[in-house]
Amino acid sequence: MESQVSVTNKREKAGVSSTATSKDKLYRFFDRYGMLMILIGLVILMSILSPTFFTTGNLLNIVRQMSVVGIVAIGVTIVIITTGIDLSSGSVIALVSVVAASFAHPDTYPVIVPILIGLGLGLLTGVINGTIISKANIAPFIVTLGMMTAARGAALLFSDGRPIGNLSPSFLWIGQGDVLGIPVPILIFALVGVISYILLNKTKFGKYVYAIGGNEQAAVIAGVNVDKYKIFVYGYAGLLSGLAGVILTSRISSGQPTAGMMYELDAIAAAVIGGTSLAGGIGTIGGTIVGALIIGVMNNGLDLLNVSPYWQQILKGVIITVAVFIDSRKNRKS
Amino acid sequence: MSEDYVLEMIDITKEFPGVKALDGVQLKVKRGTVHALMGENGAGKSTLMKILIGIYTPDRGKIILDGEELKVSTIKHALDRGISMIHQELSPVPNMTVAENIFLGREPSYPFAGWVKMKELVKKTRQLFERLEIDIDPNAKMADLSIANMQMVEIAKAISYHSKLIIMDEPTSAITEKEVHHLFRIIRSLKKEGVSIIYITHKMDELEQITDEVTVLRDGKYIGTKPSHQMTRDELIQMMVGRELNQIFHKPKVPIGEVALSVQGLTKKGKFHDVSFEVRKGEIVGFAGLMGSGRTEVLESVFGVTKPDAGDIYVHGKKATIRSTRDAIRYGMGLLTEDRKLTGLFLPLSVEDNMITVTVNQYTKAGFLQQRKIREDCQRLAEQLSIKTPSLQQLIKYLSGGNQQKALIARWLLHNPDILFLDEPTRGIDVGAKAEIYHLIFELAKNGKAIIVVSSEMPEILGLSDRVIVMHEGRKMGELTREEATQERIMQLATGQLIETKR
Repeated sequence: MESQVSVTNKREKAGVSSTATSKDKLYRFFDRYGMLMILIGLVILMSILSPTFFTTGNLLNIVRQMSVVGIVAIGVTIVIITTGIDLSSGSVIALVSVVAASFAHPDTYPVIVPILIGLGLGLLTGVINGTIISKANIAPFIVTLGMMTAARGAALLFSDGRPIGNLSPSFLWIGQGDVLGIPVPILIFALVGVISYILLNKTKFGKYVYAIGGNEQAAVIAGVNVDKYKIFVYGYAGLLSGLAGVILTSRISSGQPTAGMMYELDAIAAAVIGGTSLAGGIGTIGGTIVGALIIGVMNNGLDLLNVSPYWQQILKGVIITVAVFIDSRKNRKS
Repeated sequence: MSEDYVLEMIDITKEFPGVKALDGVQLKVKRGTVHALMGENGAGKSTLMKILIGIYTPDRGKIILDGEELKVSTIKHALDRGISMIHQELSPVPNMTVAENIFLGREPSYPFAGWVKMKELVKKTRQLFERLEIDIDPNAKMADLSIANMQMVEIAKAISYHSKLIIMDEPTSAITEKEVHHLFRIIRSLKKEGVSIIYITHKMDELEQITDEVTVLRDGKYIGTKPSHQMTRDELIQMMVGRELNQIFHKPKVPIGEVALSVQGLTKKGKFHDVSFEVRKGEIVGFAGLMGSGRTEVLESVFGVTKPDAGDIYVHGKKATIRSTRDAIRYGMGLLTEDRKLTGLFLPLSVEDNMITVTVNQYTKAGFLQQRKIREDCQRLAEQLSIKTPSLQQLIKYLSGGNQQKALIARWLLHNPDILFLDEPTRGIDVGAKAEIYHLIFELAKNGKAIIVVSSEMPEILGLSDRVIVMHEGRKMGELTREEATQERIMQLATGQLIETKR
């Protein structure tokens, strides 16, 4: 942690102590690392309950499975910090999936073509979302709900409702290959995490994102180009959905118009479990990654324990609600 | 028990992360009296009242209401025990009617399925308004009311609970003289009925007019309680600030330079009409007028928040095109808005992040923020303005109003504007912080800044301004020099009784 600067008044009237009490420290620790503790607790619990859980293969498997939703969740987190929401991610994944797949057949285009088309298409949907939200001033929920429906329709239309198979080996490497034993999707997920962390914490873009979410009107007065940055934010979320679509298509070896169903909700859940506040202004990339991993560990662990998938859904619902509850208690205390 | 106290709060202590908000505070209110609670912002008045109505639980201490120990955990609970509160910040449901707002949560209804008896609701409201001589239509939409009328509804609502103790948190901060008199009439008749009132205020003259006793808090500590008529102004200020404050306004002589900003014929339909003025380097121009006279709207238009229908703006003699706040900032302007919480603060963010919003651009190098430089500059300004905070990383919501305001001023000072608009710069701020902000404004003028101050407080306008511009219903009624300006003349212009043709 960085050193705490102490700006107390020179006049001796401050009733403010600059040294935090141990109770405060404990509270802050949980505020910051509570969900990480829960993740570690879950991992320990699952390791005890199932002998196959804590093996390198299985752990890599969990992260690999979560990397697609995790990448989407990072984009969604930034959107939610601005008090927005993005419901279109899952459908955008499907649209990107079928379009990218159709450019990824063996011996047609170089592998970079379907990748760039996928990313570009994702970016385009996001920019459309952001432009309508900021320029026409329509609620993000409605705009992205519209995009969710339209993109799914476009995916079905483009593929005629059928999966698109026969993809080139180099394209399949993105979702199925590995570098030094680490699956490529995990590497991409990590890279996206690092870049997004830098964007949010080390650049003015990040400061503006938190400012817009903290108080949009105040941001306008302070000269922030709110419209522009909203388009950036939704564009970035769209770009990441496109990336997720490319990885997913490669992993399942085909373009699927029904791919990514409900991914937007898993992504929102990961963000919220990770401490992102739907009221805006609060949220971190690290938190969201932890949130995504909690969902991943739960899915995987419960599978290993042969818990019925129906029960799994119920449990997931309970956990999301509890996470929001904890979050709201936290905010009430202040 | 010798004295008849309706409320005794004893040894109340409350700690927040990093801040001891209250430290062994006491408050004893006699039955049927108006008890003033005074203190600087951050002194702990609000926290104490929030403990009383169950929003916070104290870490230590005892509350005795009518001889019985009181443990409230919710606002509803407090209401049931006969304590209601008029909040300083209004929280109406804008799309519901006046009557629905007043009886929100306790609508007269049929036992079956909670079907609301609308007629009775309106009737009860009408009776309440008749008793209080309030002339507002119970069926009017809350959103259509003026701020002053909303405040009167809020007052009526608090009274409608038939409480034995009513907390009034700066009830006169948003209403005009006429309504203040009305409110005082209501308070006097409540007293006759044996109701006790805790009256939070920053206004000294209200102390003499309406209160019986006064308790002063400072920095979360109990300073003392005295009958109001024995309390002198100086004594009170000394108790509140902890030091003598002989001259709040000590306006230094500053050479006035050339015109920095000139506004000609600015018009926005329905808001203001044909407003022209100029402000020079080193000059402080006061904008006086009643609430809703269009002062804020004029500033917002000049600053690019809203688009005027007509008019020209010249900055340093050159015509300026201002289409957005960004343009205004580029022309070297800054605007401190009148409502900190609504349009100023980023509550979930740190003090530092609140300070750098305007200037983030200047701290970006090759796409990255220069965090060291940001920290140094913020640190320097925090010390210069003596912003009281345990650290720059502290969330701004934990700071007192005065310190929040200073952080917002710091936001603009980092940008170093030539022209600074200060809209109600000391609203809801205690005497100590006020004096500091006045001093700062004088300093800025000395450094050649052109400053416009909008204020509803007469002493502030008279004490700060080199020139006073008075507005009434969207029109500029006149302009007075510092020598010409008196409370009476300004009021005459502000109420439209007098029109100065001179520009």
